[in-house]
Amino acid sequence: MIPREFDYEAPTSLQETLQLIASGERKLLAGGMSLIPMMKLRLATPDSLVDLGRVPGLNHIVESSGTLQIGATATHHDIETFPLIRGRCPLLAEAASHIGDVQVRNRGTIGGSIAHADPAADYPAALLALEAQIRLVSASSDRIVPAVEFFLDAFTTALEPGEIVVEVLVPAEPGAEGYSYEKAPHPASGFAIVGVAARIQRSGGKISLARIGVTGLGARAFRAMEAERLLESGSSLDQAVATVGEGEDANSDLYASAEYRKHLARVRAKRALEVALRRAS
Amino acid sequence: MATTTVKPETLVGKKVRRREDPRLITGTATYLDDIKLPGMYHACVVRSPYGAARIKSVNIKPALELPGVAAIFTGDDVKDLPSVPCVAQLPGLRMPHHHMLAQDRVYFVGHPIAVVVARDRYLAADAADAVEVEYEELPAVADPEKALAPGSPAVHPQWPDNTAFTFHQEGGHIEEAFREADVIVKQRITSQRLIPMAMETRGVVADWHAAEKSLTLYSSSQAPHLLRSLLAGIFGIPENRLRVVAPEVGGGFGSKIDIYAEDMLMTFVTQRLNKPVKWVESRRENFLGTIHGRGHVDYYELAAKRDGTMLGLKLKIIQDLGAYLQLLTPAIPTLSVLMMPGLYKFKHISADVIGAFTNCFPTDAYRGAGRPEATHGIERMVDILAAELKMDPAELRLKNFPAPEEFPFPTATGLAYDSGNYALPLKTALAEVEYDKLREEQKQGRQTGKLLGIGMSAYGEICAFGPSPATPTGGWESATVKIEPSGKVTILTGASPHGQGEETTFAQIAADELGVNIDDIVVYHGDTQLVQYGIGTFGSRGTAIGGAALYYALQELKEKIKKFGATLLEANQVSLSGGACIDEKSGKSVSFAEIAAAAYRALKLPPNTQPGLVATHFWEPPNFTFPFGAHVVITEVDRETGEIAIRRYVAVDDCGKIINPLLVAGQVHGGVAQGLGQALWEQAVYDDNGQLLTGELTDYAVPRAHMMPWIEASHTVTPSPVNPLGVKGVGEAGTIGCSPAVVNSVVDALSHLGVRHLDMPLTPEKIWRIVQAGGQA
Repeated sequence: MIPREFDYEAPTSLQETLQLIASGERKLLAGGMSLIPMMKLRLATPDSLVDLGRVPGLNHIVESSGTLQIGATATHHDIETFPLIRGRCPLLAEAASHIGDVQVRNRGTIGGSIAHADPAADYPAALLALEAQIRLVSASSDRIVPAVEFFLDAFTTALEPGEIVVEVLVPAEPGAEGYSYEKAPHPASGFAIVGVAARIQRSGGKISLARIGVTGLGARAFRAMEAERLLESGSSLDQAVATVGEGEDANSDLYASAEYRKHLARVRAKRALEVALRRAS
Repeated sequence: MATTTVKPETLVGKKVRRREDPRLITGTATYLDDIKLPGMYHACVVRSPYGAARIKSVNIKPALELPGVAAIFTGDDVKDLPSVPCVAQLPGLRMPHHHMLAQDRVYFVGHPIAVVVARDRYLAADAADAVEVEYEELPAVADPEKALAPGSPAVHPQWPDNTAFTFHQEGGHIEEAFREADVIVKQRITSQRLIPMAMETRGVVADWHAAEKSLTLYSSSQAPHLLRSLLAGIFGIPENRLRVVAPEVGGGFGSKIDIYAEDMLMTFVTQRLNKPVKWVESRRENFLGTIHGRGHVDYYELAAKRDGTMLGLKLKIIQDLGAYLQLLTPAIPTLSVLMMPGLYKFKHISADVIGAFTNCFPTDAYRGAGRPEATHGIERMVDILAAELKMDPAELRLKNFPAPEEFPFPTATGLAYDSGNYALPLKTALAEVEYDKLREEQKQGRQTGKLLGIGMSAYGEICAFGPSPATPTGGWESATVKIEPSGKVTILTGASPHGQGEETTFAQIAADELGVNIDDIVVYHGDTQLVQYGIGTFGSRGTAIGGAALYYALQELKEKIKKFGATLLEANQVSLSGGACIDEKSGKSVSFAEIAAAAYRALKLPPNTQPGLVATHFWEPPNFTFPFGAHVVITEVDRETGEIAIRRYVAVDDCGKIINPLLVAGQVHGGVAQGLGQALWEQAVYDDNGQLLTGELTDYAVPRAHMMPWIEASHTVTPSPVNPLGVKGVGEAGTIGCSPAVVNSVVDALSHLGVRHLDMPLTPEKIWRIVQAGGQA
């Protein structure tokens, strides 16, 4: 890699990190799986990098009163394999297992991924379906933002200058829930052409809760709320998924047109929901 | 003194593990970028962001002032030097002067404009960014058919029709065939532009020794001697003062046969600065500035009798050449013409090739080089004919193969296929998949909307290039075998392998011939100062020609060993086996090591015999070889998404005698991966301005391990009579057999909807749209 010259700092505490980034001019480096390739191509030319690698207490995965707290520098591999997540939030583990390849999953972090907010990343679909919350901290603030308010646009989040993602908060799964993440990966990049995360809870033979997160289709991941509502009010799967992506401005590229992407989102949504329904007891 | 140990068993035909691998998998091999010379500078090339533009000015001043910058050279500095060479010759060929740095115009995105030389790679890249180039963008053309249309922008202003050459070949009486025909089928078939994508990008280290007026050039090359000869001619450096070293080469697939602008640039720079200089290609540069492959638009017409007898084949090839002609660029489509009949008994053929200039990087030899295009075309046409005749595609193929006793089989394109039993691999593969049962399953499945495809290809290829008269630079290969005084064996091969494993297979051959342990044999290659002149490794020639040269050198040595053995045993006649010379009469024997020692000690020489045990053989092959085989692919198409799943992939290849089944399997697997890449995923897409839209690995879909099906590979063995080893070559077979089998399978899955042809790559959206439209493309 032959990037432009840049300064490199490796703070050893969160406090120090927050002071360094307070001005908003320094770029944070976590796993580097998106930033480094962009620097390699000189598409990103940050003057100064702050490496989170030596900041302690940022990669925890714990459960506290029904909420999983996942530190920002927990790797995709951690999330894919950690028993607590596999047991208490299997949808997130499943989504993590679809990210990149083994090397990427070993280096890449959940905080880095969501802060980067690639419109075709896998986590946002799952975090939206899970109604996760994201904790953002700066030198002068500490706030919690729901996922649905975090992902604003392509590569754009609710993060303010000087703020850092410190953890992701996910409600632990009650145990009877069905889930699935269905992804159509781009054959070159591995990113989602579309990815659909679904959660289903049943009660008395009916769907009592449906949550659907969709990534890859538009500029940002979104919840298919109309489809959720239709499912919860007893409509058929076909009726529900027909509304997925309605009104969304779908992406289009060499590999998949907007029309095809929208169609694929509906097919994948149906398949995700079918699996989730089977898994929901 | 170490002695040669006796080898317990023969090795040819055995799964001997690659002797190259320990250094490769422990990361201790020396690739180009591992080479560091004292005082070495680093170069970075400034490249055009436009497909076509006039260069209004180049300002190097701000870049020259940056720290660590040693020099910057532009087009003006190299304007009097010769062109980047193309050695292919065709009548009337228009050859643009390919300057190593652009002069007043750029012709493709990535066209080198200046070279920046600095103390390290980072400073060189920074300074390259600081070179100011002012352009006036010009209209470009990237599509070969559009380039040939009247009114298209001219790639080279002096040739407004964008036609580099036209080439015509015919055999038999084509019009007669078409008059006699009951059925004529026609189809436009494309083989899209691909990027070879060797894992190691290219690179050059050039080191000029002013006092000796000698140059050492390290280059990631498949053909170091050729590179030496061409550079010597271009720069006027005597060949005996020019050493080219191909270090460990991380794949080539044809892309490293060429001599490139950067090989020349680094030679120029080191001479100007009297310092060693290194340039290593980035992946982005590899996309933009290393040769591409394929790039065909083909128009086929096939004439046949109602009973399926194939009579005549017409082909028009529009070859996307790119903006310049690299080493073999215009010759590649002529190989497609040679192989256009495939494995079938066409008596009449007619072919026209039109070479079209486009504002893209040149195409040249990429794994298969002209034969995948030809095979894809004929194998699609046979399926189209089968559909037209409502005949089973396997039956139609079997009906038109020459019988084993018809070999050597003369083709209408002027070749003599060496040996073959073409029905055997196809029948074997079909039996393996239980063809009749599958057809039944397909029929049943269609009732419920399931899309099952059964596709086959019966491919042939022309390999072992080749008899010298048929090649632009010589088609023989060389080998030297030296038995050291201790009995250890050193082999120098002129073939320059870069992943094929000849350090293993050549040692197997020598171990069997000499009867010594393989651990006593070392194979060297790739250094022109160490190895006698050679041609290189490409066109599946390494073993078929290089191995044959080795075989003959070994025979010469064996005779000499026997002479020494007879002298030592005081016998008239001895035999050589098990690492010893044996006097059959007395039963006395003398070991190989004792003979080697005696040959160098030279106390008692056999009559008319020189001391020492060294032999060199340059072998000129009498013909090409013609491997063949059949691939059968079972696909399932998801009608909701258009996604294709490969249920089974059965490859039955015949590459003649097999030296090492492990390496042959590796070649088949790798070849199939690249064929599958073309069939399903890969395409180099330039937009109308000549911008490469698939210029990164995030956009250009090279197959990954997890995308591969399980490959069930087996072999039939029809020895080649062309060389003493009976081998045919296998480096390109997988690629050639694969893409038509896959496409035929998917077309078969959709055939009941009226689908007759699909162009590659078979992306899910393309398939989905066709299924949506009920079969209408």
